[in-house]
Amino acid sequence: MSFNHQSVPRPCEDEQLDPALRATLADFRLSVHAWADAASSRPRMPLAASPHRGRLWRLAAGCALGCALLAGSVSTGVYQHHRKEIRIAQAREAEHQRQLAAARASQQARDEEDLLAKVDSDIARQTPSAMEPLARLMSDDETR
Amino acid sequence: MTRSTAQDVAAEEFSAVVTAHRPQIFRFLLASTRDVDLAETLTQECFLKAHRNWTGFRGDSTAMTWLMRIAINLQKDHWRNRRMQFWRHARTNSVDIDEAGEWLPSGESSAEQKVLAQERVAQVWKAVEGLSERQRSVFLLRYVEELELSEIARATGLNEGTVKAHLSRALAKVRAELGGKR
Repeated sequence: MSFNHQSVPRPCEDEQLDPALRATLADFRLSVHAWADAASSRPRMPLAASPHRGRLWRLAAGCALGCALLAGSVSTGVYQHHRKEIRIAQAREAEHQRQLAAARASQQARDEEDLLAKVDSDIARQTPSAMEPLARLMSDDETR
Repeated sequence: MTRSTAQDVAAEEFSAVVTAHRPQIFRFLLASTRDVDLAETLTQECFLKAHRNWTGFRGDSTAMTWLMRIAINLQKDHWRNRRMQFWRHARTNSVDIDEAGEWLPSGESSAEQKVLAQERVAQVWKAVEGLSERQRSVFLLRYVEELELSEIARATGLNEGTVKAHLSRALAKVRAELGGKR
């Protein structure tokens, strides 16, 4: 079905166009012609007469770039400050852990020394009754 | 004939060529790009290029075919550059297929017939959008500009057999699009 049957493309011997397709192609051609005619006759603004178009674009692009730079520098500063705080906290924590470990180690060493001293003194004081003659001989040798 | 007189004659000839063929070149570029501003820009470039080379035009083909060849090459260059620099022109001004299909002059048919015709024209636009660059050029030159196959061959720089093959494939795609939506 063609909307306007006056204009149909000239047939070519190799093109087997059925009437419906031919009518559609004619409509297509008419629509392109109508569109082109309307576009050609539309009022146009010369480029020189619209200087703010480019200026507006430049202004908008400049604002966007400025905002992006500002946001970037602020966020970089905040990020670096945050990282510095984290590093300080980590160093403090490590120092604290090191002190705790040192205290634990010295306490452990003291406990071991006390234990050994106690064992020595216990051994020194108590001589089993079965060993009494041998202990007396040793003290005789020392006096001689 | 003095040099200035010869230049005047050439300028007059070129002016007549512009007046005669500008609408056709613009229409072809508009149908190819579906972008009014781009079609206008490319049309200006086409005639600027033609003006620079006007003295070299020997008349082997018609002025129309010669101009159409320049327009096709400019369009090709434009798409090639656009692909390379898509960041610069990420936005396209091409109108929507349905919008392009609405341009149908009012006739004596009923409103229902007009709507149906618009739908079918929009389907043709959709099929044209899916064509390769060469198929699209050949199809538009044949069914919008109504050029003969020999003229299309000269304008596109292809031989007639290749033009026929492209046209046949383009028509098959248009038929398929129309057939699928019936």
